Amino acid sequence: MSIGLEDYLFVSILLFAIGFLGVLLRKNTLIVFMCLELMLSASILALIAFSRYNSTAANPLMEGNVFVLFIIAIAACEVAVGLAIIVALWRRIQTVELGEIKELKH
Amino acid sequence: MKEILFHFFAALTLLPAFFVATSRKPVNAAMNMLVSFVGLSALFVLLETYFLAILQVLVYAGAIIVLFLFIIMLIDPHKSPAPSLLRFLASIAAFALMVLTGYFLVYGPEAGPYAQLAAEAPASLSRSFGVALFTRYMLPFQITGFMLLIAMIGVIVVSRKDPATDGGEA
Repeated sequence: MSIGLEDYLFVSILLFAIGFLGVLLRKNTLIVFMCLELMLSASILALIAFSRYNSTAANPLMEGNVFVLFIIAIAACEVAVGLAIIVALWRRIQTVELGEIKELKH
Repeated sequence: MKEILFHFFAALTLLPAFFVATSRKPVNAAMNMLVSFVGLSALFVLLETYFLAILQVLVYAGAIIVLFLFIIMLIDPHKSPAPSLLRFLASIAAFALMVLTGYFLVYGPEAGPYAQLAAEAPASLSRSFGVALFTRYMLPFQITGFMLLIAMIGVIVVSRKDPATDGGEA
């Protein structure tokens, strides 16, 4: 049995589902944020697998790979800004638990 | 050989990812995420996308995890309480539903046919990235650079101590 595109896609789906599970299950902002990163990596894996398996010599399909490059750059920005927001939140109310952040609720 | 490597690295990606989702201490989650990203970059190597594999290790495993660990060290969060039973069951149910749907989408009777490996990998050389980035994707590349700058300035502004609310003691 050789490894086909569908196997990479299934790994990608599993990784995305695990990230989603973490977002639903955990209430610590940091871990929720890490699980968001896992979901982003899952989409990156799917993009690279599609790009690799659909490329031919005539049409090398660099688009998927270049797109991944931009996604990685944007993910770096997102993590920096998100962690800054978490630090600002910690300064203000000394918690990272999502259940205790309810100022806007009432 | 390639099949064994694929299964090994898929497990190396998915198992630590699962521990990230289930651990209650942020430090354990960050360490597991490090292993998971190394496994993911090994999968990129199996897809012969060497440049992105190196970039994944450098950016994710190098920079992002260190940033996470640094923030965890800075704010020292406590261990989270265990989730309520209802929340736990709902999360597991959503997870199972997603995995089942994904399985039938990918392996089900309606799925496929999938593309087969044809040409040699186009993205195995970093040269092909350079050519693509500096010709066709020049404008997005520049915009990404500016976006990094904007994010940096934004981080400084957001995480700076506000003298108005903190009474200016710093």
